[in-house]
Amino acid sequence: MIRFDNVTKRYDGAREALKGVSLHVEAGELAFLTGRSGAGKSTVLKLIALIEHPTRGSVTVDGRNLGKLKDREIPGYRQQIGMVFQDNKLLADRSAYENVALPLIITGTGQREIGRRVRAALDQVGLLDRERYPPRTLSAGEQQRLGIARAIVSRPKVLIADEPTGNLDPDLALEVMALFKRLNEVGTTMLIASHDLHLVEHFGARRITLTGGQVLESSVAPLTESSGASGP
Amino acid sequence: MSLSSWLTRHAQNAVGALGTLSRNPVATALTVTVIGIALALPAALGVLVQSGRTLAGGWADVRDFSVYLAPGVGLDRAEALARELRVKPGVESVRVISADTAVAELSKDPGFAGALAALEANPLPHTLVVRPLVSVDGAALEKLGAEVQKSNGVDLVKLDLEWAKRLSAVLDFLRRLGFITGGLLIAAVVIVVGNTIRLDIQNRSAEIEVAKLLGATDAFVRRPFLYLGLWYGVLGGVVAMLILLVGLWALGEPITRLAGLYGSSFELGGATGSSLLAVLAGGVLAGWGGAWTAVARHLAAIQPKID
Ligand SMILES: Nc1ncnc2c1ncn2[C@@H]1O[C@H](COP(=O)(O)OP(=O)(O)OP(=O)(O)O)[C@@H](O)[C@H]1O
Ligand SMILES: [Mg+2]
Repeated sequence: MIRFDNVTKRYDGAREALKGVSLHVEAGELAFLTGRSGAGKSTVLKLIALIEHPTRGSVTVDGRNLGKLKDREIPGYRQQIGMVFQDNKLLADRSAYENVALPLIITGTGQREIGRRVRAALDQVGLLDRERYPPRTLSAGEQQRLGIARAIVSRPKVLIADEPTGNLDPDLALEVMALFKRLNEVGTTMLIASHDLHLVEHFGARRITLTGGQVLESSVAPLTESSGASGP
Repeated sequence: MSLSSWLTRHAQNAVGALGTLSRNPVATALTVTVIGIALALPAALGVLVQSGRTLAGGWADVRDFSVYLAPGVGLDRAEALARELRVKPGVESVRVISADTAVAELSKDPGFAGALAALEANPLPHTLVVRPLVSVDGAALEKLGAEVQKSNGVDLVKLDLEWAKRLSAVLDFLRRLGFITGGLLIAAVVIVVGNTIRLDIQNRSAEIEVAKLLGATDAFVRRPFLYLGLWYGVLGGVVAMLILLVGLWALGEPITRLAGLYGSSFELGGATGSSLLAVLAGGVLAGWGGAWTAVARHLAAIQPKID
């Protein structure tokens, strides 16, 4: 589902953030991306979200080689990826409801369907009673969960999350992870960047560890299938 | 996407843009007033020019010219000449005033009555009064006069060309002035709307960035700003219409009086309908155009980034 083939990323004028990374997250899999600060976790997610482009190598998501997507195909692609950001990227002047509704408004979903799905998503993250409140009236943990509700409301096939538990106390972090686990069980492919090894170990899921821009180890599935290939 | 959800989406954007405007009523009122004034000025010139033309038409008796036949030329010749002239291009009508009629008219004036009675024979020639079409300009009128002058039995053509030349020069000047100021002020509206929307885009860059991250198309991101421009144009157009209506109402009475002094019944009203519509259309186009300039230049610059 998510496949990196020998991907190198060098930011303008900086050293290489990723050096020949190959990895593969299978459809329906839940994988954690771990590693120290600066190891390149966020860079991997940015490449998937098409916020950055690889310097070399190819990224394939759901059978689509991202390097070959035309500009006008990018919005449609992004609509199919759920993203949770470390800083949430919520709209401060909109209610919780409106924030979660945004992806559905973008895809032109009907009002009634939007109402149904938004409330279901808010319910899943335990924020149904907060739908009228703007994000600034919510606690950091609630904001994080609101961001997750927005990422799952359009039922994406793939969900990527960057430090989704960064702002949460340990109990809440566990709760959010449990929520991810449930979403994964209904078939969502997930790649979650986290440096909270404790938490990752607690879930015993697949772990891809980066160090200095290279894959150090991949705890469950070996990466043989991705070496040397260049997308479908 | 179905047609109904497409319509819903546009309706929501239109209403949403109005909401954006109403959240900053003072700033909106100022911008809309500036746009309104800018649109009203060229429209006022337009009304003036149109009115001038109507006025010129209304002054038909000023345009009339007299053709005096030579003494001794008979009334039948006068009638024949009138028939000839009536079919000439540029001639609206020809009236024959016989010498007898002229004397009868003149003797109603007590100042002349005594003098006329003292004369044995009628001293006046038969006269034709020619009314040219409104569309005939100074040069054509001159040519027409020269032709008539050459006709058999014509003594004198009394043509006052100066007024026609002057009026057409003034109208021409005003019309060009209207085009130039119109062009400049429409450009000003485009700039004002473009700049206002540029600021709005900057204020909402976080929102635009998030929307793009979530897969919003360029059209989706653009639409609210285009509607904003459209509303600025519509509201500015309405303000311009009000300015025009109030201005014309204030000027209407003195102008009618002025026209009355020139023996013409003249109403400003007739010229205004199309100008009011033109003002609204100009506002809509300039608002939409201004929004496009801002959107085309500044939206692409906002690309999502995450840290
Ligand atoms: N926009 C950028 N411009 C230049 N260099 C960058 C940029 N973004 C990241 N880097 C560099 O790339 C490397 C990898 O960064 P990245 O953000 O992927 O690390 P990370 O694993 O997510 O770290 P953290 O756990 O602190 O979030 C770092 O050395 C970082 O300084
Ligand atoms: Mg990071």
